[in-house]
Amino acid sequence: MHELGVVFYVIRDVKKVAKENQVESIESVTLEIGEVSGVVHEYLIDCWNWAVKKEPMMDHAKLKIEMIPALTYCEDCKGTYKTVRYAKICPYCQSEHTYLIQGNEFNIKEMEVT
Amino acid sequence: MGEFRVLEIKQSIFADNDRRAKELREELKEKKVFLLNLMSSPGSGKTTTLQRTIELLKEKLQIGVMEADIDSDVDAATISKMGVKTIQLHTGGMCHLDAGMTAQGLAGIEAGSLDLAVLENVGNLVCPAEFDTGAVKNAMILSVPEGDDKALKYPLMFSICDVVLINKIDVLPYFDFDMETCRKNILMRNPKAKIIPISARIGEGIKEWTKWLEKEVRQWQES
Repeated sequence: MHELGVVFYVIRDVKKVAKENQVESIESVTLEIGEVSGVVHEYLIDCWNWAVKKEPMMDHAKLKIEMIPALTYCEDCKGTYKTVRYAKICPYCQSEHTYLIQGNEFNIKEMEVT
Repeated sequence: MGEFRVLEIKQSIFADNDRRAKELREELKEKKVFLLNLMSSPGSGKTTTLQRTIELLKEKLQIGVMEADIDSDVDAATISKMGVKTIQLHTGGMCHLDAGMTAQGLAGIEAGSLDLAVLENVGNLVCPAEFDTGAVKNAMILSVPEGDDKALKYPLMFSICDVVLINKIDVLPYFDFDMETCRKNILMRNPKAKIIPISARIGEGIKEWTKWLEKEVRQWQES
């Protein structure tokens, strides 16, 4: 259900950009999605394929997804590590004073248009 | 593929909503209306907690409630019996409310004359956390039967909440729920979270919660 909601947001934003740029039809849209943004890519594509059919300007537009890996920064030892593997605790110094520096993104990167 | 133009967009899908939410907060500040976004999973006791909250605060504050659900109006019917302005918002299948929908709801209950507007968000611990509604403060309810590990499973929700109410503490003896573990997990996600154990059913802890809320409303109106 979450995926359908974000698909509606993407379509709305993309249509706005298309209008501003006098686009006739949209061939593809590329998203950048953070590894820990909580979106299931397969569901997202299913929702996309269903939702774009209702949009004349983009009824055959493909959704492309690029993943941004999740990285966490440790305030104590200044190290950076893979979030998905080690989660909240720093693998170098066992500190809990860590925060996510990337991997939560949900960006529309670009679109191919005619 | 050579015949296609490529338009670079480079924009977060949340950017538009974040902007709208910020505008809404500024409007509310001007009108001295405090908007509370109340979130939780389904069945954690949002509506019952709200009933207790209204009982204690309705003499002191003008309160209005927006009930957001995918469908039905059972919650709005319950709350309207409490004698406060109520509106039911249907999200039409969406799993959350965004700032635009919240602004419509506020207009619907004529929030300008209120001290406290409460948005009872869709029961869900994932999506509502990602969309800023324009609320002044975010509160969530975690109930004992859900387990003390929820902050580990839904990190974003816990990290954006100013206050976490741990509801249904009257049934603690029947569940393997450890209050200290729960606190530790929540504070790991959000060291600033205020945690208040309550039982909306028997009324325990509700005073501490309403005191916090009243203070926040006054501060927002006076600052």
